[in-house]
Amino acid sequence: MATITLDTVRKVYAGDVEAVKGVSIDIADSEFIVLVGPSGCGKSTLLRMIAGLEDITTGEIKIGDRLVNKVDPADRDIAMVFQNYALYPHMSVYNNLAYGLKNRGMAKEEIDRRVKEAARILEIGDYLDRKPRALSGGQRQRVAMGRAIVREPAAFLFDEPLSNLDAKLRVQMRVEIKRLQQSLGTTSVYVTHDQLEAMTLADRLVVLNGGNIEQIGAPIEVYDKPASTFVASFIGSPAMNLLNVKADGDGLSLENGAGLSGSNAKGKDSYIVGIRPEHLQVVDGPSSGDGVNLEVSVDVLEPVGAESFVYASFPDGGPEIVVRVSSHARHEPGEKMHLHADAKDVHFFDSSTGRRID
Amino acid sequence: MVPYMLLLPQLAIVTIFFLWPAAEAIQSSFYLEDPFGFGSTFVGLDNFTDMLTSTDYGRVARFTAVFTFFVTFLSLGFALLLAVKADKVLRGASTYKTLLMWVYAVAPPVAGLIGVLLFDQHVGPMVDLFAMFGWKMQIGVNYFDTSFAMIVTAVWKQIPVNFIFFLSGLQGISKSVQEAASIDCRSGFRRFWTVTFPLLAPTGFFLLIINITYAFFDTFGIVDVIVKNEPGNNPVTLVYKVYLDGFRGNDLGGSSAQSVILMALVFILTIIQFRLIERRVHYT
Repeated sequence: MATITLDTVRKVYAGDVEAVKGVSIDIADSEFIVLVGPSGCGKSTLLRMIAGLEDITTGEIKIGDRLVNKVDPADRDIAMVFQNYALYPHMSVYNNLAYGLKNRGMAKEEIDRRVKEAARILEIGDYLDRKPRALSGGQRQRVAMGRAIVREPAAFLFDEPLSNLDAKLRVQMRVEIKRLQQSLGTTSVYVTHDQLEAMTLADRLVVLNGGNIEQIGAPIEVYDKPASTFVASFIGSPAMNLLNVKADGDGLSLENGAGLSGSNAKGKDSYIVGIRPEHLQVVDGPSSGDGVNLEVSVDVLEPVGAESFVYASFPDGGPEIVVRVSSHARHEPGEKMHLHADAKDVHFFDSSTGRRID
Repeated sequence: MVPYMLLLPQLAIVTIFFLWPAAEAIQSSFYLEDPFGFGSTFVGLDNFTDMLTSTDYGRVARFTAVFTFFVTFLSLGFALLLAVKADKVLRGASTYKTLLMWVYAVAPPVAGLIGVLLFDQHVGPMVDLFAMFGWKMQIGVNYFDTSFAMIVTAVWKQIPVNFIFFLSGLQGISKSVQEAASIDCRSGFRRFWTVTFPLLAPTGFFLLIINITYAFFDTFGIVDVIVKNEPGNNPVTLVYKVYLDGFRGNDLGGSSAQSVILMALVFILTIIQFRLIERRVHYT
């Protein structure tokens, strides 16, 4: 177990493609860090640099107190779980788990003890003699996890390990990974593009965009106070409603002039205003309460069981608005709807930089 | 009826160019043919017993075995080495690969001719090279030197084929499996023998059969050019001896008996190959 320190780490590929642009993260011992972002944001590259599978162009990576920039992957005391599991197809499950330990010259009895222990934890004891091809996706996933566990490494690195599983299995394995990490207390870095996976697993989230860190924080902190419009739209499903508004004296109005009321407390000419779907309340008539008031017409009602989402639009165009309503609410397409959001639930972002304004 | 009609051209080709000659060969292996084609006498298994008891046949068979072993082993070994190296090349990879595959386009007799030139007594650069180390090569005169030149040329000709297969085999190995191995094992050498090589085994087995077949049969052109007109004391392979005895020695019966033996050998190799391909795992 160890801390991992990234200090202004950059990765530049041939042809001057800058995949990671000076990223610094301090990962505490036993912490579960999730790197999340859209494809091409540099999250996998960053993970692979920690693993030693990619060179570090500039900057420093430390595992514990040891600078590992030039250390061979096998000597970094890390274990990695790959997206496609990367099991050795010609070896039995037992040997898949034992291979790394054998190469370190570990005693046979100790290898056997560790493999049996990992097999017990992951419930793969019955398959130890099988080859990976004779296993299902979920079982392969467990073997890949087992291969990481037996090494008892300083850190686990996960590269989208659940994206090849079906939805049901994914949820199950997600919980299992969390439980395992909590009981082992091993520092973990987990890469995913799935914001739900990121939210549920992370002690702290690192939201990446275009090789830069957009925000680092606890999942709920990131959800409650997104640092930029990018984070606001990436974390949370459905995404936060973002509206371009301009200041109109003391008040605010939508750019296309549609009804929107609220007070301009921040003293700028224009903003992007963000409201989560669950913070929009359906009210009976035109509201003039403090906060944001909208008048929209219903386009589509999308029931998902525990709740429903209304997709609505302004009479004269403009952005689509998503509202969370109770699953029993009835809204017909074309129906007029008055919405209100309390001032405390309205996020303001700079309209040119997209950064949060508090 | 239509399916049979569609099969007909292929069946005709197989019958005319393979089954019929094969049947002819089997038949004439039991006869003593008149050299001038005036008739033939049934001699039973005499051709076979004569052949198997002849010291000459034993000598050629032994050479063929040695030749096949070296050609197969060396061409597979070099090709694997080159493929592993080429797989790691990032810059100019396609030029490098094209250059290595180039030789594949050379026809066997031309390869033999190039071999003859390389090993020529007077102008051959290989002869000059070895002369620097004090080895005076005498191709076509010295049995060992001739065998050496023959093996080198045959290996050189076969490397590209093996290289292409090994390279595509290497590129078929999952990159993440290799990365997982690099986390599990520091030594690149050990990694090669414990992960890469076993995953290449299906390709290797296939190539082994292909190469044995090549060394046996497809080296005819090379052998012919190198020992041209002077087969006397020179090393020849079994296939070449079939030709020598049949068309130079006019012993069609004996020659047929030899080719029947070779046919049986190909038959066995083919069975082994199918067995192996069936049993070998195809990793996905």
